[in-house]
Order: sequence, then structure tokens, then C-alpha cells
Amino acid sequence: MAGIPEHLLKRAQEAREKAAAGASGAAASAPADGDSRIPSELLDRNKSAVAVAEKPGSAVVAAPANGSVPFGAGPGGHTQRLLTVVKSGSIQDVKAVPVDKVHTWPHLLGIEFVAALACTAFTFMFSWFVNAPLLQAANFNKTPNPSKAPWYFLGLQELLTMFHPMIAGVTIPGMGLIILMLAPYLDRNESNRPEDRKIMTSLMTVHLMFWAVLVIIGSFFRGPGFNFVFPWREGIFFEL
Amino acid sequence: MAQMIEQKSRATIKQRMTKLNESMQSSQAWNSIFRPGSIFRKGYSDSPRNRSYVVMNSVLYHLHPVKVKRHAVKVSYTLCLGGLSFFLFILLTITGIFLMFFYRPTSANAWQDIQSLHTSVTFGLMVRNMHRWSAHLMVLSVFLHMARVFYHGAYKAPREFNWVIGVILLTLTLLLSFTGYLLPWDQLALWAVTVGTNMMGYSPVIGSQVRFVLLGGVEIGPETLLRWYVLHVLLFPFVTVIFLAIHFWRVRKDGGISGPL
Repeated sequence: MAGIPEHLLKRAQEAREKAAAGASGAAASAPADGDSRIPSELLDRNKSAVAVAEKPGSAVVAAPANGSVPFGAGPGGHTQRLLTVVKSGSIQDVKAVPVDKVHTWPHLLGIEFVAALACTAFTFMFSWFVNAPLLQAANFNKTPNPSKAPWYFLGLQELLTMFHPMIAGVTIPGMGLIILMLAPYLDRNESNRPEDRKIMTSLMTVHLMFWAVLVIIGSFFRGPGFNFVFPWREGIFFEL
Repeated sequence: MAQMIEQKSRATIKQRMTKLNESMQSSQAWNSIFRPGSIFRKGYSDSPRNRSYVVMNSVLYHLHPVKVKRHAVKVSYTLCLGGLSFFLFILLTITGIFLMFFYRPTSANAWQDIQSLHTSVTFGLMVRNMHRWSAHLMVLSVFLHMARVFYHGAYKAPREFNWVIGVILLTLTLLLSFTGYLLPWDQLALWAVTVGTNMMGYSPVIGSQVRFVLLGGVEIGPETLLRWYVLHVLLFPFVTVIFLAIHFWRVRKDGGISGPL
């Protein structure tokens, strides 16, 4: 019976004491009106109803124990009592834990709308001032020096200077992609708190920095012949 | 005099905004829009019920639930990166459709068409600029979105599979950008793609075959342009939309965005 709230236990204890006191005092007398928590007019109405029911012809008669209190009433004249307290979760499987939520409109949609507007404004203004490159028409007989891949592949092109093409162009990026996909299945740590995942955070930072540094070197520090240059000395050989 | 001005208590920004909001909502124009019988047949009043209906009774219900966790709307948590990636995808679709009206994917016409897009099409240069810069921006924002999700540990159960979908979407974003790179058919496009596809040929077993299929020959040529055009405007967007749908669906099914740290 563990888990019954404190105040209910207290109330039951009080009722038991009161009943004991009433029994020892006057066994036949009904509890005083002042003790009852049921308003006196309701008790009167109940009395008259019982009186009506007692008339011949009525089928079922609830025999009043003391003439005034209905049969089965608890101490103090209560006609109902607390049998047990069933806490939610003991019988029903309560899955939903209340979550602090807000309406999608306007709270989320408003933010999304503003973000979309800001993004459009940014690209619009940027496009206003900076033109997309269009070099001379494609010419198979004239290889520009240096020839560079799009910026997001310059990390790979940078690797090409160090490894065999199959390792730089296929094995390393392929392994990177597969490990990235498998990350949630390899990382069995369930916590998402930064202090519990220092190793994963460091690994990812090293991984991201690895590519970022390679891309930056490939973009800005590689000149004619894909040789190493300093952009502040030889200039930038980079088209977006 | 200066002191008197100093002493006069100035309204805070919040008070000003409240005042502005009140004066706006009591204006003639506002009421003519939001009164019953105007644009909204039954009027629109701000109530929890109507807030729910805005989502529930529109196509938005496919994307968003009626209510979201309070922390999920904090910009400092998501930085809007996933949403911005999707928005840039939409922006790229719109500008891309515009560009398709003026572009023919043949080696004889492609470069000329871009050239005349710059010089003789109204807003042609502008839209092309937007398409190109949005594309670079999208690669960046998808990449940053991935980093954000990783650092928040949001790929953990029950969101493992959605992370895998996300990595596929990152790859698709790169492929979309890379196939678009060739289309202007200028020196930059041709040789950047030459460098990129040469690497592809080194894949073990199937490398040269894949390269042959993608290039439509052993070297980049007119066939490559047509193939990459179809890949760029049809196949990759189509596949991307399917994976986007799965991605967004799983975000909701896995219980919204990940919890606060």
C-alpha cells in the first residue's frame, strides 16, 4: 500500500479516531451535526427520503443503522469512502510525459519566414555585386594552368599530390563517407551532453579541420603546376 | 536642455514594438484584411484554436506538427541550417527553371547561350548569379548542418537512420553542384570537371566503366554535356526530393528535433 498520499492517510487516521470516540461515547446516538461534513440540509433530505422509502410497498430498503445515518455510511455520515489510490502508471502504461510546447504558428513559421527572407536578401545582394565567373568557351586544346576542381573537391585534389590516385580519390573519401554514415552505429554512447562525448567531439573536429585545411590549401595556396604558393606573394589562383 | 532630454525616460524597444503592433492592428488597412468576409472568409483572430488550424488545415501539416518543443524554436540551437539548406534548394529550383528557358546543352550552343543570357536577357545575369552563389551556399549550409547535428549528438537513437539519409543528401548535394559545374561549358567548367572525373576513373573494378557511362565516352565531350544536363536538372533533383521527403518525415517520426543538451 505504499504510495498513498500523506494527506489521505492523515484524513483516514482522523476518521478512525473520530469513529472510535463516537463508539465509546454513545453507541446509539448519531454523530453530532457539527461533526459531520455533510451539510445538515442534505442529511435532513436524506432522512426524509429514507422515511419515504420505509413506507410499505417499496422494494429495497436501505436500513438505516441508527435511524439517521444511511446504511453503509462511514464515520461522520459519509456515503462514500476512499478504498484505494491507484497512481497513474501502476496500471495504465503512461507514455506521454508532458513537454513544454509552443504553437508552430506563429513561433516556428515566423522564424522560418524571416530566415528565408534574410537568405533571399543575402543571395540577391551578393548576386547584385558579384558576378558568377564565365571564362572563355571550353577549349580542349588549351589546358589552363592550374586546373582546379570545384572548391569542395579541392581537398581531394590536394590529397592527389601526396598519394596514389586510387588512394586519394577513392579510398580515403570512400572510407570517410562510410565511417560518417556508420557514426551512429559505431558510437554507442547514449548521452548527448558535450561533457560526456569529448572523444567523439574531438574526432569530428579533427576530421572537419582535416578537410577544411586541405580545401583552403588547395584553393589559395596552389598556383601554376599546382605548386605551393603564398597568395599574398603570387596572387590567388582560384575561381568559385 | 540636454539634461532635460536625458531625464525624460525613453521607451524601451519592447514598448515601442508593442505600441507599433497595437497601432498596426487597429489600423484601417489591417482591419480591411483580417475582418470576417475579407481575405479570410471567417476573419482571423489570434487564438490557440486558430493557431492550430493554420497548420492543421494546410499543406504545412505535412512538414510541421501543430506544436513543437519550446527549445526547438531556439535559433541558437539549430541556427536554421537544415531549413536554410531546404530553402536554398527551393531557390535553386526556381532560378534553375528560369535558366532552363535560355540554355541548350550542346557544345555548339551552351557557352553562347550563357553569354547571351548575360547580355540580352532581362535579369538573366542576376538569376544566373543567384543560382551559382546559392549553389555554393547550399553546399556550405548542408555541411554546417551536418556539423551542427553531430556536435549536438542528434544522430543518436532514435535518429540513427535519419543521419544516414542526411549523409546521402550531402553526397547528392555535392553531385548536384558538380554536375551543374560543367554546364556553362567554359574553360573553368571543362577543366574542373576533367580533374574531378579523372579521379573517378581510379575506382577499383568498376571505375573506368562508371566513368565511361557518366562521360558518354572515354573523354569529356558533347555527350557529357547532355548527360550531365539531364543528371543536373532531372535525375539528381528527383532523387534528392525523395530523400528530402524521407528525411523530413523521419524528423517528425523520431520525435521532432533532438532534445536540449
